[in-house]
This record gives sequence, C-alpha cells and structure tokens, in this order.
Amino acid sequence: MAEPMKIRASMSGDTTDVKCLMNHPMETGLRKDAKTGGVVPAHHITNVTASVNGKQVLDAEWGGGISKNPYLAFKVKGAKAGDTVEIKWVDNKGDSNTAEAKIS
Amino acid sequence: MNILRRNVLKGAGAAGAVSVAVAAGLMKPTFAFAGWNKAGFESKDLGGAMGSIGGSSAAASGDISVKAPDIAENGAVVPVEITSSIAGTDSIAIVGEKNALPLIAVFNFSNGGQGYVSTRIKMGSTSNVIALVKAGGKAYKAHKEVKVTIGGCGG
Repeated sequence: MAEPMKIRASMSGDTTDVKCLMNHPMETGLRKDAKTGGVVPAHHITNVTASVNGKQVLDAEWGGGISKNPYLAFKVKGAKAGDTVEIKWVDNKGDSNTAEAKIS
Repeated sequence: MNILRRNVLKGAGAAGAVSVAVAAGLMKPTFAFAGWNKAGFESKDLGGAMGSIGGSSAAASGDISVKAPDIAENGAVVPVEITSSIAGTDSIAIVGEKNALPLIAVFNFSNGGQGYVSTRIKMGSTSNVIALVKAGGKAYKAHKEVKVTIGGCGG
C-alpha cells in the first residue's frame, strides 16, 4: 500500500543529521478535482515519530500543509554511528509506514 | 400526506447529521499515536490556530531562525528550515499566516532531539511563515515573509 521511504542518517561532529523522504499524496481536503469538480478528500499524514535505538526523539503532528511526498530533516544529540534510527508515520486513513537506517 | 412527507424529510435530515458526527468522531481513534490537534489543524483562522498550540501571546525572539526563500515560484513546495537556539526547546510549530488552514505542523523533541527542523510546506499566497517555539513552558515566535507566485492550496 504505502511505498517505501528513504532515510539517511549521518554524524556531523556530536550531532546526528537525519534526513527522510516519504511517499504520500498529502491531500488537504480543499483541492478540487479539475475533471469532476468535486473536492478531493483529505488524505495526509497526521503523525510522525522518530526514535534512536528505541528511544523517541521526535513526535510530530502534521496537517495537509506539508508538501506532497514530504521531506523531513532533524538533528539529534547523544547518538553515535551504528545506532538505529526508526521513523514511522500514520495518515488520517489509518495507513502507516515504518523504515529504519543505521547512522553512518 | 404533506405532513407525512415533511416528517420523513425531517427524520432523514437528523439521521444524516448523526452519521456525519459519527464519522468525524471515528477519524481520531484509528491511529495509536499520542494524538492529533484536530481543532488546531482544522482551524481556518490564524488566531484559532495559534491559540490551539498555546501561541496567542508568544514573544518575538531573535534566537529563532526561519530560513525560507524570499520568492517561491511554486507555493506547493516551499522549503522551510527552522532553527531554535533557545536552550531547552521542547517543540517547534510551523504556521502559514494566510493559508486556508494555517496550522501546518508541530514537532515535539525529546531524548536529545535538537531544536531544528527542515521540511517543505504548501503556501496559499504571499504571507509570513511563522515559527512558534516552546521552551521551558514559554512560547516564542519568529517569522519570515515568502512571496508566492503560484499558490499551493486548492487552486
């Protein structure tokens, strides 16, 4: 159902830079379909969580204002190379996706 | 005959309202996350959106940097980078001042998550991108104006 997402995590000094690309249409629920004239129903990611070695570092709530196929980058202190970063999202229809990557 | 028809219509209207309410109520429990600020994300005015995230009386702060292009050709994809150098930053919220639905996202940090976030947002028209930062129970804000030539909401 949900397409894979890409995560890249790398150390920069004592901080870990995590970058992530997700695949999602991110419909706001306001856009009109050019062909039918009807409103395209809302379909967007509502919650994103990220953890390092199982400890949650980021918990985000999103509306439809995030662009299609979302990009997200954040920074974490206290992690080291070899640790596992896991990112998970859930959308307003209950779909979800999880991916993980090792910090390099 | 007419009275009966009226009653039937009335009944149908009431049933419709109930089913809409149920559907709206059911949206929330479908995911097992911490929660979703439904009132805030569905708020159509800036005041309601800022109020829902506790930002009504946020103080302007020079310790927040909002990086965004001066001119965005395509409002559907506006890169935004927010860095808070306020010690103990707990959360960063992104608000599009003139978007149809102003509240865009809220990021909460824990366990070493830093006060930094970079993402891409939609903007309906030329306006300010507002960053609301919460640190130690206090709210701070900063903004950056982005000129949008093609809107990214609806259209």
